[in-house]
Amino acid sequence: MSSDLPLVGVRPDAGERTPARRRKAGNRKVSRLTSRDKVVLGIMVAIPTLIELLLVWLPTGLSIGLSFTKWNGLALSNIRNAGLSNYSFVVHDYPPFWPAVRHNIIWLLFLGFIATPIGLLLAVLLDQKIKGSRIYQSIFFTPVMLSLVLVGVIWQLVYSRDNGILNHLLGTSGKSNAIDWFGDSNVNLWAALVAATWRHAGYIMILYLAGLKGVDPSLREAAAIDGASAVQTFFRVVFPAMRPINIVIVVITIIESLRAFDIVYVINRGTNGLELISALVIQNLVGEGQIIGLGSALAVILLVISLVPIIFYLVRTFRKES
Amino acid sequence: MSTSLTSPENISHPLPTETERVGSTVGRRHYGTHLFLIVMSIVWLVPLLWTVYTSLRPKEATDKYGYWSLHGPFGFSNFTKAWKQGGFSHLFMNSVYIAIPSVILTLALASMMAFAVSRFTWKFNLTLLVMFTAGNLLPPQVLAAPLFEMFKHTSLPYSVSDSGTLLNTYYSVILVDTAFQIGFCTFVLSNYMKALPMDLTEAAMVDGASVWVQYTRIILPLCRPAVAALGTLEVIWIYNDFFWPLLFITDGSRQPVTTGINNLQGQFLSNYSLLAAGATLTVIPTLVIYFALQRQFVAGLTLGASKG
Repeated sequence: MSSDLPLVGVRPDAGERTPARRRKAGNRKVSRLTSRDKVVLGIMVAIPTLIELLLVWLPTGLSIGLSFTKWNGLALSNIRNAGLSNYSFVVHDYPPFWPAVRHNIIWLLFLGFIATPIGLLLAVLLDQKIKGSRIYQSIFFTPVMLSLVLVGVIWQLVYSRDNGILNHLLGTSGKSNAIDWFGDSNVNLWAALVAATWRHAGYIMILYLAGLKGVDPSLREAAAIDGASAVQTFFRVVFPAMRPINIVIVVITIIESLRAFDIVYVINRGTNGLELISALVIQNLVGEGQIIGLGSALAVILLVISLVPIIFYLVRTFRKES
Repeated sequence: MSTSLTSPENISHPLPTETERVGSTVGRRHYGTHLFLIVMSIVWLVPLLWTVYTSLRPKEATDKYGYWSLHGPFGFSNFTKAWKQGGFSHLFMNSVYIAIPSVILTLALASMMAFAVSRFTWKFNLTLLVMFTAGNLLPPQVLAAPLFEMFKHTSLPYSVSDSGTLLNTYYSVILVDTAFQIGFCTFVLSNYMKALPMDLTEAAMVDGASVWVQYTRIILPLCRPAVAALGTLEVIWIYNDFFWPLLFITDGSRQPVTTGINNLQGQFLSNYSLLAAGATLTVIPTLVIYFALQRQFVAGLTLGASKG
């Protein structure tokens, strides 16, 4: 019994035929294609592939290339070779770099150990046969539909020093000890993470609800007959049985935290306590002082980190098919 | 064996309904669970309710009593002001101009690609599928600089683009949104198509059906639930997309809502009621789509758990 997620569940053998027969059928078919069919198939493949190569993979390659250059982004003839100097500058002399790395790690740990478990807890509670489950689900799910920009704007209204609801509830509003949650660099990372959690937990909840539905009920029954408590059943039986979806969730959580950008950009453009690698990339690319080489070096660092979960996920997903 | 993709009914019921599951918990009261969930629900709703409440109170009321007060009157004056000052009619139309072509292109191209890699066996099948899937998982910032420069150095006639390049046009965002989302949709649709029996198209083949006929008459109609789910999801994702328009469209009058609200935030910062009204206006289309197509949307999310 695998997860309900097609992403991990559906294999080529889903059509219930042996690989050998499949291959044979495939070969026979290809040889039977008319030349017109081949042209049609060729076009069906060529257009999407060209778009993907030109607008996703070529820029990725160019980013790597540009990271070894000095360029102000004007004429192409101004590009100068810079060797590894951009990287060495980033690592040794670029003040926001290490704070950004630290914030990215905190972001990942917070989503991984707080937001994701909250989503899992909500899913487990809602997976029981309780009244009003649909209503609860809708409530927790609503933030998932909002863009992270809007999440930032809405929490701005919650966190505002003088007008926000949080300081009113704490009784500090208008007093000297009122906290400017998004403005104070000691707390704004945590405030932003709470806002991000508001959205992330609902997303994880929905995925786990689908995953829990896919767990074979007889597993639970067997555990219950053996006298396992609800908690034991969950951690020893149900959770391990959801291994495929757990992996998907780990990958999503890592990729989401590396991609985090919108919310810090909306708060203060990723400065003053909210530096993230993704925001540093953009700060060096837009505006007057375009430093393409430096921005690209940062982008490549982000790329290299991202490739770890991406390759792990791809190997897991496609291994059986090759 | 998972059946979620093989049976269309499953797609329209992605969440367990209350009658589906009969477990050992029948008859238990769950007071503690309810208490916990109610507290969590309140915490979850406060930011939204506060936004709506703030947006409904005219500036005079908040000036006099403060934002944290229950004094009326209530009305929609902030909405009309935000709508006019923020140029929401433009912003919404910009979102439509970007989202509709992007979603149609994405689904059309991804379904062709998925059809080719899932229904036919040839050399680079898996390589292409891996390339498409991986492309969607990259952080967008990695592609930002080269794409910006490529678009800046692509000349277009002034009749098509007033900047003379691809920058500051809807096309730039449509192109990149499409390229970025094709990977995800190809991955999901190819899984879906692989699960459809091979006999379907083999029989048609024997009857002399061309590849194009197999794709349009047999496979696509069977994929309707998946395409509907992906379409709903993509509309909301592309509507919510902030980064590409921010990067490519400098002209504020051409930005979509999600990017436009970022500018409004600066503009309305002294007037929280207007900001709240702007936020509420921005969220309304998403809510309408969600409530109209709730099942498709949630199905899409669980279909493609790989996307953030």
